[in-house]
Amino acid sequence: MTAAREMPIASNGDVVLVRQYVRGVAVEMGLSLVDQTKVVTAASELARNALVYAGGGAVRVETVENGRRRGVRLTFSDEGPGIPDVDRAMTDGWSSGTGLGLGLSGSRRLVDEFDLESAPGKGTVVTVTKWGR
Amino acid sequence: MSVDLPAGRRRIEQLLADHQDQLIKRWAQTAKASADELTEIYEALRSAIAGDDRDLTDVRGLLAELSRSRARRGFTPSDTARAVFGLKEAVYELVETDATPDTMRGFIWFSLLMDDLGLFTFETFATAREKIIIEQTEQLLELSTPVVAIWEGILAVPLVGTLDSARTQVVMEKLLQALVDTGAEHAVIDITGVPAVDTQVAQHLLKTIVAARLMGAECVISGIRPQIAHSIVTLGIEFGDIVTKATLADALAHALRRSGVLTTERKATRIAIRAEDA
Repeated sequence: MTAAREMPIASNGDVVLVRQYVRGVAVEMGLSLVDQTKVVTAASELARNALVYAGGGAVRVETVENGRRRGVRLTFSDEGPGIPDVDRAMTDGWSSGTGLGLGLSGSRRLVDEFDLESAPGKGTVVTVTKWGR
Repeated sequence: MSVDLPAGRRRIEQLLADHQDQLIKRWAQTAKASADELTEIYEALRSAIAGDDRDLTDVRGLLAELSRSRARRGFTPSDTARAVFGLKEAVYELVETDATPDTMRGFIWFSLLMDDLGLFTFETFATAREKIIIEQTEQLLELSTPVVAIWEGILAVPLVGTLDSARTQVVMEKLLQALVDTGAEHAVIDITGVPAVDTQVAQHLLKTIVAARLMGAECVISGIRPQIAHSIVTLGIEFGDIVTKATLADALAHALRRSGVLTTERKATRIAIRAEDA
């Protein structure tokens, strides 16, 4: 089984690398094509958030197991300005930047488990898990 | 560590001057390089050491040239650095026979100098490589975003790979220019080769399409595979009134009907293309 891996997110190139690695792990965990694409899209979304709003960060990619099911867990952390109003940030169509405002809310729908911890000035940690069927 | 004792240095200078032919011959053997090439470097090095200001610019220039030419011939940077260190070996063999403290100090000083020069060839190699990579990235950007005419008045833009801001900029510019040049009224943007569509990619696509519309062209997005459709719906991205099709063939049929070339409603033969790997 693939060991957990920490990857930096410092440029657009890194976002691509994260995406490729997550796809590889998702394939290894036996996720269906649709689920692979979903978790890869969520990874892309959250990595880009870290890059755009916090100026960079890191992601920890690990595999998880729960009885029969296997899955991928991604932990995105950054030391950016943090999110002052998490509820509002999770609302469809709301963006503090120039995006579509679907990144966070959409990512939550793309994965099975979603956890966001953030406080102004403390950075943000987003943990998501996608299970195989 | 700084070993720069005048006596030892003079001793090395003397050695380099007295045994030039012998040293170059030995150096050429260990470095596996032509004696001519090395003589030039050797002479530049000698005059640099003899000069008071220790100006190594000429030596560095020659070494950079050596490093580049060797890189082109497929040598590794270690090979090139080792070739430079070869002179140390040749000089050491001479120094061994005359092992006075002054000579040894001089040799250590010389050795540090050669280490620096060896590392310099390494740097040159890395810089040359980086330059090639940057050039290739730019070329790839140009190559990977063709705009092709697939019918009179219908353009196709097959996108492959990651769609970031830089790519989108190129795609948009090329598409808009092609619309002006060809007077086309339909464009098909095919995303079969785009591994994942996230909000950024979608936003870039939407902007491109709106820009094309402003110029009077109707855009169709094709190549939406099932898993991509799934992700787009889950993310909550809406393409609004933009026509999207599963395959390029469907999109072409749509554009042909819209432009009045195709009047029958006969179902066209479908060609499905799969591209999974990011």
